[in-house]
Amino acid sequence: MATYLEFEKKIKEIQDNIIAAEVRRDEAAIEILQKQLEKEVAKTYKNLSPYQKLQLARHQDRPYALDYINMILEDKYELHGDRHFRDDPAIICYIGYINGEKTVVIGEQKGRGTKNKIRRNFGMPHPEGYRKALRVAKMAEKFNLPLLMLIDTPGAYPGLGAEERNQSEAIARNLLELAELDTPSVSIVIGEGGSGGALAIGVADKLAMMRYSVFSVISPEGCAAILWNDPAKVEAATNALKITSEDLKELGLIDDVIDEPLIGAHRDKEGAANALKNYYLEQLQELKGLSKEERMQKRYEKLTQVGAFKEASK
Amino acid sequence: MNFLNIFSKSQQSLKKQPTKDEAPSHWVKCPSCQSLMYYKEIENQNYVCPKCGFHLRINVNDRIKLLADEGSFVEYDADLEPVDPLHFVDKKSYKKRVEEGFKKTGRKSSVVSGECTMDGILTQLVVFDFSFMGGSLGSVEGEKIVRAVNRAIEKRCGLIIVSASGGARMQESTFSLMQMSKTSAALGKLAKEKLPYISVLSDPTMGGVSASFAMLGDVIIAEPGALIGFAGQRVIKQTIGSDLPEGFQRAEFLLEKGSIDMVVNRNELKKTLSDLMKLFLNN
Repeated sequence: MATYLEFEKKIKEIQDNIIAAEVRRDEAAIEILQKQLEKEVAKTYKNLSPYQKLQLARHQDRPYALDYINMILEDKYELHGDRHFRDDPAIICYIGYINGEKTVVIGEQKGRGTKNKIRRNFGMPHPEGYRKALRVAKMAEKFNLPLLMLIDTPGAYPGLGAEERNQSEAIARNLLELAELDTPSVSIVIGEGGSGGALAIGVADKLAMMRYSVFSVISPEGCAAILWNDPAKVEAATNALKITSEDLKELGLIDDVIDEPLIGAHRDKEGAANALKNYYLEQLQELKGLSKEERMQKRYEKLTQVGAFKEASK
Repeated sequence: MNFLNIFSKSQQSLKKQPTKDEAPSHWVKCPSCQSLMYYKEIENQNYVCPKCGFHLRINVNDRIKLLADEGSFVEYDADLEPVDPLHFVDKKSYKKRVEEGFKKTGRKSSVVSGECTMDGILTQLVVFDFSFMGGSLGSVEGEKIVRAVNRAIEKRCGLIIVSASGGARMQESTFSLMQMSKTSAALGKLAKEKLPYISVLSDPTMGGVSASFAMLGDVIIAEPGALIGFAGQRVIKQTIGSDLPEGFQRAEFLLEKGSIDMVVNRNELKKTLSDLMKLFLNN
């Protein structure tokens, strides 16, 4: 059963009417309703607030990393484990073909349904997850395979074992190593980009976001609790943090916003998967057109030039 | 990055700025063993309690005095100032918080960066100031670290970063987050040059600072009792729904778990650092 948010109620109503009309085989009604739906979608989704976009980014019907992998990666194999501690199901690694292009895919995976949510730890990786990701990224580098990373996590897991096994180091090491990984890399926020736990697979030649994804230094809930001392100020924190794809593109902090269907990936999974695939393939062509030195230089400059400050003497 | 910033170096001397933390009282109480000490006594001990060895937090100027050879420290990039790219306002505006930090510390950044000699060895030294916005990592702090890395490469010397930070600066949101990858990428370049980077973790070193440059040292040294970790204790407690074990996320805990190389008494810190730099350099 699909889940509808408050602001999608009217869309659901029209969609239900369409289904009813289809049962009646009332072609004329279907046509009218379809037009009505289009209008309503345009009206609703073009004026979403940042908080509504946050709800979409976390929507349970939104495709997760594994959904995208199943839709776009062919002849694939899953790779498991960090070779040291255990296999972290919150991070998945695959190798296969995207439209004929050999690709290594690393993704953060939320689970669907209670059992899977627990198994995937709600998409919150442990250090061994990030270390698995790094191991597989290094393998991609070794065999000159391009790397696609799919970000979707509330954040790295805050727990006893995670701290004991040095969550900080696992994230920090990925930041350093992915910065100098000499194979073409594209990282895409598909849902929630939660802080350092997201950035740990977000260092790449290209960093893009799906239209209704978010990327943030802290969850709006955490920010509201700390800076406002009031967990109810989530909406204010969401606005202040500027976490939507549109805002981050405007601030120059990401390279691109991917043209996810206006109605949202949760209503049009195929459309979203196609948009993601086409973006990846375009970027890959562009990156392959650069020499390794050019590509690495561009990436290093992009990574080290980010920041907003002024210099009094200049 | 360019190396031209050497020409914009500011030779501001390290003036002693009175902070709110320095109470007018001449007596200091050890937060651990509760003994009362005359302030001169604990100052002479570099704020290590002579009774129980507890390490009190020290300010930036005292830290630099502790590590740099006398009169050798030259500050760089002191004129970098935060802007407010998001026009961030929570209960106060970011601008206001920066102003308050400035009044308190005399600086507009939680990082003091410069060059000094340590027992005669040329070193780039970056020190975090917890009293400026909780030592948080923003664009200015990230830029100062990258420039310190560039100077280390240019002058073929080592880098030391002394962290004391609650983590990323929320008021700079994703700009702040990206300082993690910015500093880590720069440290990767330093490593390729085979120049040493020693990370010193003081109380506290948390969140985005811990999860970037602080954990990337060739050698990682923590001060006794320092709180070090990725997630805050309150968040972990909420997540796991139970109390945390004794000593969790303290320096000694990290040593036992294999996360850091050593726990060093503040009074031995300078010698340890310069000894290690001697071992690493000119081989």
